[in-house]
Amino acid sequence: MASDPPIPSAHASAEGPSAGIVLDDLAIQRALTRIAHEIVERNDEPARLYLVGIPNGGVPLARLIAQNLREIAGVDVTVGVLDTTLYRDDLLARGVRPRLRKTEMPSAVDDRSVILVDDVASTGRTIRAAMDALMDFGRPRTVQVVALVDRGHRELPIRIDYVGKNIPTRRGDHVELRARPGGEGMEVVLMQGASGGSS
Amino acid sequence: MAGRVWIRGGHVLDPASGRDGRADVLIEEGRVIAVEALLEGVADAESIDARGLWVAPGFVDLHAHLREPGQEYKEDIASGGRAAAAGGFTSVACMANTNPVNDDPSVTDYIMDRARKDSPVRVFPVAAATRGLAGEVMTEMSALVAAGAVAFSDDGKTIMDSGMQRRVLEYSRMVEKPVMVHAEDRTLVRDGVVNEGAVSTRLGLPGNPAVAEVVHVARDLLLAELTGAHLHVAHVSTAGAVALLREARARGIHVTAEASPHHLTLTDEAALGYDPNTKMAPPLRGKDDVAACVAGLADGTLDAIATDHAPHAVHEKEVEFTAAPPGVLGFETAFAVVMALVREGKLTPLQLIACLAWNPARVLGLPYGKLEPGAAADLVLLDPVQRWSYDPAQGYSKSRNSPWAGQTLEGRVLATFVAGRLVHQAARGAAAA
Amino acid sequence: MMGRGLLAIEDLEREDIELILDTAFHMKEVGQREVKKVPTLRGRTIINLFFESSTRTRTSFEIAGKRLSADVVNFSPSSSSLTKKESILDTAKTLDAMDPDAVVIRHQVAGVPKQIADQLTAPVINAGDGAHEHPTQALLDLMTVVEEKGRIDGLTVTIIGDIAHSRVARSNIYAFTKMGAEVRVAGPPTMLPAAVECLGVKAFRSLREALDGADVVMALRIQLERLGGALFPSVREYSATFGIDRAKLRFAKDDAIVMHPGPVNRGVELSNDLANRRPSVILDQVRNGVALRMAVLYLLAGQKHGGPSEA
Repeated sequence: MASDPPIPSAHASAEGPSAGIVLDDLAIQRALTRIAHEIVERNDEPARLYLVGIPNGGVPLARLIAQNLREIAGVDVTVGVLDTTLYRDDLLARGVRPRLRKTEMPSAVDDRSVILVDDVASTGRTIRAAMDALMDFGRPRTVQVVALVDRGHRELPIRIDYVGKNIPTRRGDHVELRARPGGEGMEVVLMQGASGGSS
Repeated sequence: MAGRVWIRGGHVLDPASGRDGRADVLIEEGRVIAVEALLEGVADAESIDARGLWVAPGFVDLHAHLREPGQEYKEDIASGGRAAAAGGFTSVACMANTNPVNDDPSVTDYIMDRARKDSPVRVFPVAAATRGLAGEVMTEMSALVAAGAVAFSDDGKTIMDSGMQRRVLEYSRMVEKPVMVHAEDRTLVRDGVVNEGAVSTRLGLPGNPAVAEVVHVARDLLLAELTGAHLHVAHVSTAGAVALLREARARGIHVTAEASPHHLTLTDEAALGYDPNTKMAPPLRGKDDVAACVAGLADGTLDAIATDHAPHAVHEKEVEFTAAPPGVLGFETAFAVVMALVREGKLTPLQLIACLAWNPARVLGLPYGKLEPGAAADLVLLDPVQRWSYDPAQGYSKSRNSPWAGQTLEGRVLATFVAGRLVHQAARGAAAA
Repeated sequence: MMGRGLLAIEDLEREDIELILDTAFHMKEVGQREVKKVPTLRGRTIINLFFESSTRTRTSFEIAGKRLSADVVNFSPSSSSLTKKESILDTAKTLDAMDPDAVVIRHQVAGVPKQIADQLTAPVINAGDGAHEHPTQALLDLMTVVEEKGRIDGLTVTIIGDIAHSRVARSNIYAFTKMGAEVRVAGPPTMLPAAVECLGVKAFRSLREALDGADVVMALRIQLERLGGALFPSVREYSATFGIDRAKLRFAKDDAIVMHPGPVNRGVELSNDLANRRPSVILDQVRNGVALRMAVLYLLAGQKHGGPSEA
């Protein structure tokens, strides 16, 4: 089995008539560096930090942030993977059950400063599900949230503590973190949707 | 009371005389008066336009279960008789596995009386060969024949003791009536419920091997040869039995045999959905067995088509497969189902009518199954091509257990006459060819 | 695919099996957490309808349902009106009226889960019907082999015992064959079903030949009531000819694993020492059973299909 779940490649996602890159690889790296600094700023005990990536996109991002924290603060931050599928609030309404993804939490979360990492935040439901899942693992001291992109349209009172970039979108649009076509690095693309539809 | 009926322009099929062509039929006072290519100047007659239809002698069913006395919740002589009429059967031989068993003249009398009062068609009781169908003590064959029995059978059960079977066959010679056997070695069947083979293996249900039937057919044929009795093998289902029958007839053994519409057209794969309405005894068999039975019918090895009409209540069949009683309805679907054999070129229309009417009448020694001047006016008008949808809930039987429920069938009985009286009528479909 | 539930492996495609296994491995991780519970099926009702009693399988389904936060109700004939010989269809209609999200059925007679499923809108999971199929058992067996061997394709799997009367055998034959293994069956001739090759296996009367080169040796439970004359003369003779012990295991591959659906008749199908220790993976089978059943419930519960009106 692969170590990290794949993020969509350029070929996999449908290219609409207007698909634009809203964050290229360089911008992503810069955002993650800035976020790492902000994390250090706001958390006085870096040893307590526990990054938890939400599959699929949140996982490589969490690892990159961990790498940055190592360089900036000299700490080896624990990185975990937490699939939220089983905690989703829309599971049983749909026809086909979504496929489950890996969960790997190498340490207990009790008394840790957990930082959930997601690629694109929108309604807030994924973050809510992640928090529910997290609470079943134990009692963190604090929980903060990183989102590389916040595209708005919040449906729940969820706050993102660290945002890479705010991108205004319409409901029917699709925003996705994917591997760059032709190899190295990642990018975030925005595909304008035909009609309104929730994310 | 039957007046004059003039059936015009139909295609008459009368195996007894060999007539197979366009002809008019005139009936009067319950008898056939004339069958001519063209009748003219017929006065004072009810005229029936039979163009595009077949006109044939009423069918004779050698094997049906009317369930009266004792199981009237499944069927009784009135409902069974009405269903038979709807199926084109003007004479029905009913089996003895009632409650009480028809092993005593008083029960035979009861059945004859009920039939006279309630049944639109003729009913001929088949009495038990042994008391209570227990296979131990012979019934009073002479007294039973005097009461109206036309044959003897322990159908529903089998006489497992070969010595007993021999005695029964021997004794039957005194009354010169056929002994109809349900040939199945119960020690080979055990708890088998579907044909033993790929289907029983896939279903995970206990299998009933073909050899169970063949072993007993072999035994009974040898005993028939020994005793000179008239052996009749009921519901033949296996290629092995057909082969033995063919050889026995060639040797001159006095044997007749029947096959049911379901054994002639359905294979064991019909049971793959676990529907208890595909559970019969003997079970539906494999492709090769079905083909052999059809071939047997075509070359005369098997004499007749008999329905083995076996009604069971809905709640009795809506149970797990192993618990359901075997058997399905037969009267109302028989003609359409076996018409497939004609459509496939396996039987000619005349052969089909012989198997449904003339041959079975002769097996029982009844003066029916023929359509010639002087014969009783028991006849049917058939539309060989009309398509209709079969819903047992709309049928005349009290029960609903049919594997053809909900299907569109091709071939319909449009009118049935018994002694010149119309006992069943169905609407004509779109204009016949 | 799995529209009306999980009635038989015979009805599944390879992709269906792969999806179930993939999901099951993820569910296994849930069982390794401290809080072995996720809210996924909260508020859903699962009915365990066990006409034939079975503590192991029923408990496994019960735990699986509860780990998914479902409400699990056990319905066994002795504790309801079913002893009054309620017809299958009446039972089905009564159940349907209670609007369950899944019904798990075990019955002594083949075909009952399907007969009931035809009348329900809720999905039906077959927990064993007569000698027909036991789909979740075969799936957990596949899962265990994947864990041990990393794959199914190309493996040789030998199933030994009363194949004719075994639902575990049938389901495993379909499951392993669909996933690319070569399946062999062996047992006394009276215990091999008619036309067994129609299932896609090779039948052996010699245990030694059947075991030669096998990667997986699966011993089936012998119902001791069947022995003693009816199909096989004695326990002694069965265990001498078809019982598996370390000596006989040498005919198989060196790294062959031994499986059994349980409970084991020690000294009959498996020697006492093989029942307890490697290379037997029997306890792993049980462990995987809960995860596998969680996966099946996750994938099916709450999916309504047409019911009686559906073609």
